[in-house]
Amino acid sequence: MANLKNVTKKSKAQSMGMHTEVLTGRTQQKFFDPDEAENFYYFGTYDVDFNKRTNLDVKDMNAAEANKEIDKLMSEGYGTIVIKNPQGKHSLGVGILNKLNLIFEGSLGYFGMGSCDGPIVRINGRVGWSCAENLMAGKVVIEKNAGSCFGAAIRGGDLICKGSVGARTGIDMKGGTIIIGGDAGAFTGFMMQRGRIIILGNVGINLGDSMYDGTIFVGGEIGSYGSDAVDSELTESDQDWLRRKLKVAEIGENFDVSKMKKIVAGKKLWNYDNLEPTEKKGAI
Amino acid sequence: MCGIAGLIHRGRSSNVGSELQGMLQALKHRGEDSTGYALYGDTDGKNFIMRFKVGENVGEGSSSVVEDVSVYDERKKIVDETLIELGAKIIKEERTLPYSLRYEISYDKKDLLDFSQRIESIPGVEILSMGKSLEVIKDLGNAKAVCDRYSLDKLIGTHAIGHARMATESGVDIKSAHPFWGYPFSDVSVVHNGQLTNYWNNRRALENKGMRFMSECDSELIAVYIAQKMREGASLEEGMKESLTGLDGVFTYFVATKNSLGMAKDTMAAKPLVLYESDELVAMGSEEIAIRSVLPQEIETYDPFDGEVKVWQI
Repeated sequence: MANLKNVTKKSKAQSMGMHTEVLTGRTQQKFFDPDEAENFYYFGTYDVDFNKRTNLDVKDMNAAEANKEIDKLMSEGYGTIVIKNPQGKHSLGVGILNKLNLIFEGSLGYFGMGSCDGPIVRINGRVGWSCAENLMAGKVVIEKNAGSCFGAAIRGGDLICKGSVGARTGIDMKGGTIIIGGDAGAFTGFMMQRGRIIILGNVGINLGDSMYDGTIFVGGEIGSYGSDAVDSELTESDQDWLRRKLKVAEIGENFDVSKMKKIVAGKKLWNYDNLEPTEKKGAI
Repeated sequence: MCGIAGLIHRGRSSNVGSELQGMLQALKHRGEDSTGYALYGDTDGKNFIMRFKVGENVGEGSSSVVEDVSVYDERKKIVDETLIELGAKIIKEERTLPYSLRYEISYDKKDLLDFSQRIESIPGVEILSMGKSLEVIKDLGNAKAVCDRYSLDKLIGTHAIGHARMATESGVDIKSAHPFWGYPFSDVSVVHNGQLTNYWNNRRALENKGMRFMSECDSELIAVYIAQKMREGASLEEGMKESLTGLDGVFTYFVATKNSLGMAKDTMAAKPLVLYESDELVAMGSEEIAIRSVLPQEIETYDPFDGEVKVWQI
């Protein structure tokens, strides 16, 4: 980690390795003071042991009951929880704010894993609309397909779908990375503000419509570009990053990233430069 | 919000009444002002089944005006007389509720336009469906309540579509409930989730071509629009594809005919749909939990993309 006291304000964000954009908005950059570390711990979070494993069958539970049971297991120190029979229920696994190894043996409905910060999640099925909305940090891997609004407004973390996704993937996202192994629908990256989206397959109409910032990489065909979305040069640095990211994500490791298209915002619409909370935590 | 569900068994029949009830009940949180079923039952195909109403359900939550049951009796009597005038013969008569009736009728003519216009010229009377396989049943309440009221859980057939409605732009009544019959086509029905923004322009144009509207529910436009396209010679799939540009707004809708089931999704992909497809069965609904009610095991499902139209045969 770079010593933030010794780098210029302009390059602090890049020095932290969080993103490559130079943040030059009009507002004042504020950086995390290590003395405030305690302010970054949430109430109601737990120190769990990944080696302490248990199963939870939610077949006969509603979402609230299942989520309370997950919370109870975390409070008992379980760090690896396997959820049986999720059967497409909505809002499972929401609001988990600590490290956790969570495995769903089946599919989730709407709003699965919403507003989480830190868990590592594997879903061995598909997910409905708005999976991992507002994800702050952590990793969510979906083995099959995903519905629309995948990764809406995420601020950090990695969100990986090995199948295809619906419309408006990454809408309003403010950080983090979304990786799609298959195809993506219309309005992918709609109004995205930061972060990166990688689509190995084809993508629908209005890609990156009204995007403020951030980057979209597409391996297949593009239905059409949205307003203000334009092509950009795919650099060697981009390709290195893509290879690393796909390898870590265990998806498309042999994919020829040199032929990918890079899409960015054509106009500079944004006016922000503060780090996201996740990025601030990275400075600890 | 509203929820829609549909399924088609390919090459066999099943208890589609009970299956659709389970799917729609799983979606009841999307709206339970009214629920409707379009069931395609196994019949000998000789006679028409006419489902019609002579009044509204004026129970709690209804936006309809209360009428005396004697008014329903009078309307039924006029319908019976009109059927005789039209040359139709009532084979079997069921009066499930004071305002809701099911007739099996023998009628030789293929064109149902004149027939429907005559019946619906009787004030307060609306044909909910007309066909040799199709039966549209819709009423106020959630899926289970409607299913129990009309004893739908034992209906055997090949396919079905249904709708759980949250009333937003029109009344809480049966006339605004889905599914809508594709008047005047035998065995055509439609359910819809979404909003149409060019409703009045399209309605005026279709009315000028002789089509009828029974409600001010924008979803009815889809049934009439598709019916008109088919009247002009288009296939079901062609009509549905044309609707993607002819209809403005956000929508996901299903159309069913005697032998097929289709889905269409607008170019914005603003309304949800999850689809399961195999050689034996296609099941789809606004949410996966609808499909899970008939297929609880782990299955492969996906969201159709924007502007997608699909049609399956039995």
